[in-house]
Order: sequence, then C-alpha cells, then structure tokens
Amino acid sequence: MIKDQEFLKDIASFCIENSKKLGATDVGVKVIHSVSENVSFRNKKLDESNRADSFAVNLTTYIEKKKSSINSSDLSKSNLEKLIERCIDATKITPSDENNSLPDKDLMSKEIRDLNLYDETHYPNDKKIEFLKKVEETASTDEKIVNTEAGFTENKNNFILANSNGFLGGYKTSNFSSSCVAVSRINGAMERDYEFGSARFLQDMMKPEEIGKIAADKAIKKLGPKKIKSEKIGVIFDKRISKGILSTLASAISASAIARGTSFLKDQINSEVFPNSINIIDDPKIEKGLGSQNFDSEGVETNSLKLVENGILKNYLIDTYNGKKLNLKSNGRSGGTTNLYFENGTLSFKDLLNSEKKFLYITETIGHGGNIITGDYSVGASGFMVEDGELTYPVSEITIAGNFKEIFKNITLANDLEMKYSTNAPTLLINQMTVAGK
Amino acid sequence: MSNFFKDTDIDTSQAEAIVTETLKNCDDGELYLENHKSESIVLDDNKIKSSTYNSDQGYGFRAVTGEVVAYSHSNDISKESLRKSSENLKDTLKSKKGTYNHEIPKTNSKYYENINPIESKTFDSKIDLLNSVNNYLRSKGSIVNQVTANFLGEHKSIEIIRSDNQVLKDDRPLVRFNVSVVLEKDGKKETGVYGVGGRQSYDDYLKEGSWKDVCDEAFRIANVNLESKPAPAGEMKVVLGPGWPAILIHEAIGHGLEGDFNRKKTSAFHNLMGQQVASEGVTIVDDGTLHQRRGSLTIDDEGTPTENTVLIENGILKNYMQDRLNARLMGTKSTGSGRRESYKHVVLPRMRNTMMLSGKYSQDEMISSVDKGIFAVSFGGGQVDITSGKFVFNCTEAYEINNGKIGSPIKGATLIGDGPSILKEVSLVGNDMKLDPGIGTCGKAGQGVPVGVAQPSILINKMTVGGTKL
Repeated sequence: MIKDQEFLKDIASFCIENSKKLGATDVGVKVIHSVSENVSFRNKKLDESNRADSFAVNLTTYIEKKKSSINSSDLSKSNLEKLIERCIDATKITPSDENNSLPDKDLMSKEIRDLNLYDETHYPNDKKIEFLKKVEETASTDEKIVNTEAGFTENKNNFILANSNGFLGGYKTSNFSSSCVAVSRINGAMERDYEFGSARFLQDMMKPEEIGKIAADKAIKKLGPKKIKSEKIGVIFDKRISKGILSTLASAISASAIARGTSFLKDQINSEVFPNSINIIDDPKIEKGLGSQNFDSEGVETNSLKLVENGILKNYLIDTYNGKKLNLKSNGRSGGTTNLYFENGTLSFKDLLNSEKKFLYITETIGHGGNIITGDYSVGASGFMVEDGELTYPVSEITIAGNFKEIFKNITLANDLEMKYSTNAPTLLINQMTVAGK
Repeated sequence: MSNFFKDTDIDTSQAEAIVTETLKNCDDGELYLENHKSESIVLDDNKIKSSTYNSDQGYGFRAVTGEVVAYSHSNDISKESLRKSSENLKDTLKSKKGTYNHEIPKTNSKYYENINPIESKTFDSKIDLLNSVNNYLRSKGSIVNQVTANFLGEHKSIEIIRSDNQVLKDDRPLVRFNVSVVLEKDGKKETGVYGVGGRQSYDDYLKEGSWKDVCDEAFRIANVNLESKPAPAGEMKVVLGPGWPAILIHEAIGHGLEGDFNRKKTSAFHNLMGQQVASEGVTIVDDGTLHQRRGSLTIDDEGTPTENTVLIENGILKNYMQDRLNARLMGTKSTGSGRRESYKHVVLPRMRNTMMLSGKYSQDEMISSVDKGIFAVSFGGGQVDITSGKFVFNCTEAYEINNGKIGSPIKGATLIGDGPSILKEVSLVGNDMKLDPGIGTCGKAGQGVPVGVAQPSILINKMTVGGTKL
C-alpha cells in the first residue's frame, strides 16, 4: 500500500523544523514513497518477478546564501536527525552564492488541480501474467521470430514537497507500462526490435496483441539489411525517434545551459530557429498526461508554454537558481519539460514519403553523438530506403550527421502526431544530412 | 556479526532463518544487504554549485528456480518487511521445485582497502581543491569560457546471507575526480573532459599537485578541438590509441560475451564458442582482480570471488562472462561476473576490467602504414545492439591521417562497426597496452556499474566514420 499524505507530511515537517532549529534560514524538502511491481516473460515462460518498495527524502538547507543537500532512503527520525546535522555542518562551510534561494513566494503553486494522474486499480501479478502471455503469443506467430521478451510494470507514487516559506503540496501518481522485444532470424543473422506502451490508467493501456504484433512486425522487416553508400540525402525520422529532436531542443534551452553559455542556442531568443510553420508547446496540465504536473520540482506553478512560435524561439526552460543568473523569473521548469510536443504538421505521412524520389527512413539511432555546445550531431542509425514513396529495403551500420542549427531549420512535419509518451513528435523530414556508409 | 540488524526489530539468526526457509525449494538465491554512502561536490561557473551527501540502505531478497528469478527489495529492514518479501518470492515460485546449490568458492584475496574516501579527506580541503582547479584553469587566459570540476566519492558495504547461514561480506571504496573545460576562440566553443579514479582515497590520485595534470589534459583536449575541421564520412582505416579507446572492445564484443545474452541466444556470438572471432594476435580478458581499479571486486554481488577470465585467446572465443544463474543453466561455473547496481537491482553478468593485451607493433608503424584514415585518441560514450552486433562510439579527440602522417584534428564523429566482424579487421596490435584513467560506467538494463578498460594501440582495416565531409 502506498503511504498517505499525512505520513509524508509528518516527515517533511520534521525535516524543516529540525533544520531550522540547527540554524537553517531556509529549507526545502521532498519526501517520496513508491511501490513498483514488475513481471517479465521470456519465450512464453515466467522469467522474473520484482517488487520494489522505496522511500526517499531529499533535503536542501540554506544558511543565508549558503546551500547543501542530503538524500536518504531511511526515514527513521534518528537517522534523519543525524543527516540533518551533517547537512547543516556542510552548509555552514560551503561558500555562498548570491543566486541561492527558495523560489519567490508569489510564483508558488496555489492550488492543486486534479489532473487525473492516479488510478488506484491494482493489477495483480496473475493478470499481468495473462497480459504477457497474450503479448508473446502474438509476437511469436511468425516462425522467423526466434526469441521474445515481454514485461509489465505497475508503479504507484506519492510525494510531498515542502519548504520553509509555507509551501506544502503533493499528490499520488500511477503508471502502467508494458514492452515487448522480438528477435527475428534469417540465414543465421538476427535483428531485434520492440514496442512499448505506457499509461496513467490501466484502462488506457495499449492492447497486448497490439504490443506483440508491432514488435514482431518491426523485427521481421529489419531482416537482411544492407549498408548503403555514403551520400547527402533527405532523412525521415520515424515517430519513435523524431521526439529526440525535442529532447535536444530542451537541453539546449535549459536556463542552466544558457546561463553557463554552453548552448548552441545561446542568444537565439526571439530569433528564427525553426521554419515558420513550426510551433513547439510544453503543456503540464494535460489530463492523464505522462509528463503532467501541478507544479515543478521547486513547487513553482507551471503552465502551458509556447517554446517555439512560428519558428521563433520564445522561451527558455527556467528554474529559480539559473533564472536569477539570467535576471529572469522561473517559469516552473525546474526539473525540465512536462508534456512536450510539436504542433501537428500539414502533410500526411504518405505525402511526406512521396515528396522526393528517394529518402533514408530512420527507425533507430544508437550512440550519444549530440553536442549541445556546438550543435554537432553524429549517431549510428538503421532503418529503410524509401524509393517512390515505398519502403524498399532495410539499411544498417550507417551514421547520420549534421549540425542541429541546420537540422532545425530544415524540418518538415507530417500530420501524424500521437500523444504516446511525455515528449511527442510526428514523423519528420530533415531535408539533407550526411549519411556515412560504404 | 552483521551491522545491518542493529536498531531493527530483527537479529541475524532470525534473518538467516527466514532466508533458509524461503529458499528451501529453490536452486539459488540470497538476501543481499547494502549500505551505501556517497557524496558529490560540484564546482561550476565559478561557484560551488552543489554539495550533496546520500545515505541509502536496504535489502534485495532473491529466489531463483530454473530460469525464473523472483526479487523483492525494500529500504525497510524489519521483520515484517522481510516476511512480506519472503511471501512474495514463495508465491512467485510456488509451482517450481529446485535443489539449492550451496557451493560458493572462498577467497582470502583483497583488491582494495576498507577505507571510506568521503571521510578520509575533509570537506574544506575538497572545496579548496575545486577552487584551485577553477583558478588554475582560468589563469590560462580569457580563452577559458567555463570550468566544471567535481568530486564523487562512495563507500559501499555489502553482506550476502545465503541459505544455511553462509555470510559473505565486502567493503568497497570508490572515487572519481573530474574536470571539464570549455574554451572559446573566434566564436567557436569546444569542450575538453578528463578524470581519474578508482578504489582508493582521493589523495592517492591528487598527490603532489597531480590534479594539475588532470586540468592540463582537459585543457589540451579542448584546445585541440578548437582547431578541428569537419570529420570525413565513409569507410576507412582507423588507428585507435591505447587506454580508454578500449571501450570499443567493451561495446563491440564485451556485451556480446555476457552469459545471459548467450544463454538466451540473442547475442551475435551465441554460436561462436571455440571459433575464430578475431585476428590471431588478439587476446582479450576480463579481469576483476586488478588492485584498486574501478572495475575490480574482491567478491561479486553474489559472493563469488572474481577472477581473470580469458574471453578471446589468439583470436579464438574461449569463455563467456557468467553469473551463477546463467552458469548453472549453461552447465558451467560463475566467473565472478554477477553484478548489480544496488540492492534495488537484480544480478546480471557484467564486465569488470576488460582488456586487450599487448602485441608487438609500435603506434608509429601503424600510422605510417595508413594512406587515408583517422587516428582516434579519446572517446565519449558508446552503445551496442547485441543482437545485430552493430556498435558505435563517438570520438572526443581524433585526427585525420594522410599518407602515413597525422594531420588536422577532426570534429567529434561517431564510428560504427559490426561486433562479430570488427576484431577480424584488426590487422596490427600495439606493444603499448595502457589502462584507462578510472572513469568508466557501464549501463545495461537500466543499471550502471563501474568498469575499467585497457588496450594497446590497434589498427583496424575498415570502419565507417560518421563525419559530414564526403
């Protein structure tokens, strides 16, 4: 059973009171309880069952402009007393920084709206097992599939965030997710692909048959890939990876990267960064949203933000500390983006595939080849060749490379946006990138 | 005596009784207890940006029968919590019947001292050193745009209680000291990163001003990158420098030789045991026994003493890396490679210090043999798809080679290759094997564990370089 708010509040208050007694001028604390149950299957047999029950306290104490933090999983008061003392001792001897402070009182979240983020339904392990059997049965119908793995995870969380300025808030959230990995084989060579679904409410979960079928279909389609010649070509990003473009944007416009001067988008506010057809929104208040929140990790009210409007960069993602460095107010983005998405494009998926004679269609990238400081980008990739609007053959062992400044300006969006993750993008085309192969 | 049951409502013998009772019909399993203290102190943008102390303690209770693993973990060490976990495990395995394997090798070796690096250096002196790093690097001129430096230190105590009251213990120190510098010249910005670490105290790595060497190396890398040109795109010869570039070995073949992927037949190497998978001069080992190295362990997280496992000998595939579960199912012995990130995680077969041993060629011989190619000196991260065998890693310091001579530095590019075939493309193995500086963390199934790598310079006949210049 997930602990109630009163239990967590009691610990939060204990931490604040004791820190103040020992000399803290300001205190921020978060107390979290989470219970997670996971069952995994492999080749239609139970493989692993895992139950997790975890507590965490994150405490930050301030003495004027000095700051230090502790984290602990042991909620006993005797342990917390010792750690608070240690935290205060460290705070006293940490050099002060004029930008250290709790958020401004008038920015704090005032009311907690029910965003429908908690489903109290408990899905017992027997049910999870039934679900996974269906996933794997559908995934293994084709004889080219030689291995399947599937998992189901149920998470329940409750938390309290509080500070010494009187803020205290928290709420329960839940998450159900399932995934399937399928391995296909032909002539001794293997390929792997997957499908993943996640929802706040059990009733909104993807159907098991759908998860299994998609994973298997994708793994089979990848069989017998070719390595292509190096060339400059238009590259289409499948929906599964196009959202990565938004994650890059989010890192590059975080107030921390901007304040440190280490972003390729520094000084680009109010400049055209994308084509003028593009709008990018971060909306924390979507009902049942996987990235939804009432307030950010400092308790600051968060509202929908247009990060990019008609191609123009309009907002950074600002927290209190880095906001002060930049002389800007927090916009409730301590902890990053919430539900981040491109507004839908106008071209249908089919029209996008037909907009040129030949494209490279990428379904997976590997490696961490993005550099936020310079904007340089180079990653391993696999996918398909598209000729005359049709996916003709699978491609692998190639890289795609470019610079994000150029990539951003050369994006065309399809109109197939789905809100499946916390960050979502439609299929998109980048007019030209360098592909390295043979 | 166990320290974990102090201040709880349960004592060691009661815990042992629960373990023995829970595991009586199982093939394997244990109660794993862990106390983990860690600290992070970060200097960034001229300020101490954060100082954090973490204290975490808990248990992971595991029961294994056949291929099935039942796991339950909690940070509440109490009679009620353990009982609940026990019920949960028994319920998962209720239809199974196994025979407990009591055998676990013993060791008297120790590859590191039981010190707590967090306490063995004062907080003040850590802050002072971070400030000295900042001042030292910024004194190199206005070209220095940003400096980040940090200390990461930890002390982990583990205790493994097996059925029949066998108790195994280990105390593990670990530190890392990192410096990152951003230089700016003519509107161009580049980064250089360097770090050192291992299972000793901070001061073992920082004595006699050697922290300045760490700063100088980060500065040198950033400076080289300021002069970098766009990297070439396409297949060419690649010379890898010694030391840290061995993450190529880690990604390209290390993961593919972990027992679980081979038992499940999802690794591109699963049917290659005893076969030629590399050029003749190539020998690769995974060694958990090197003194004070980041990837070393006295015992692994199942209590098995670590060893030096030969993976590939003169090009022939000899062994996989095994934990107890995969070893049992594959009819072999654990190689002491069973590892977990923490009590919150299940055990998986993992790498420790993965090393390609020296051959007989000099680096100069390799470079002078290349007409057109690149010389890669340092890398950022890498990744592998163990099923298709395709792997990547990205260069953080590399140069073009033209007509046997090292030319201009090139921008960070990803290199991509095929694991099972790459080692057959290794045509020369250098005589200059070097260990990495102690900075690696390996990720698998969402779990990060510290690892080491080592290799000499090597020449690879053909790899795809993912630059922008055709």
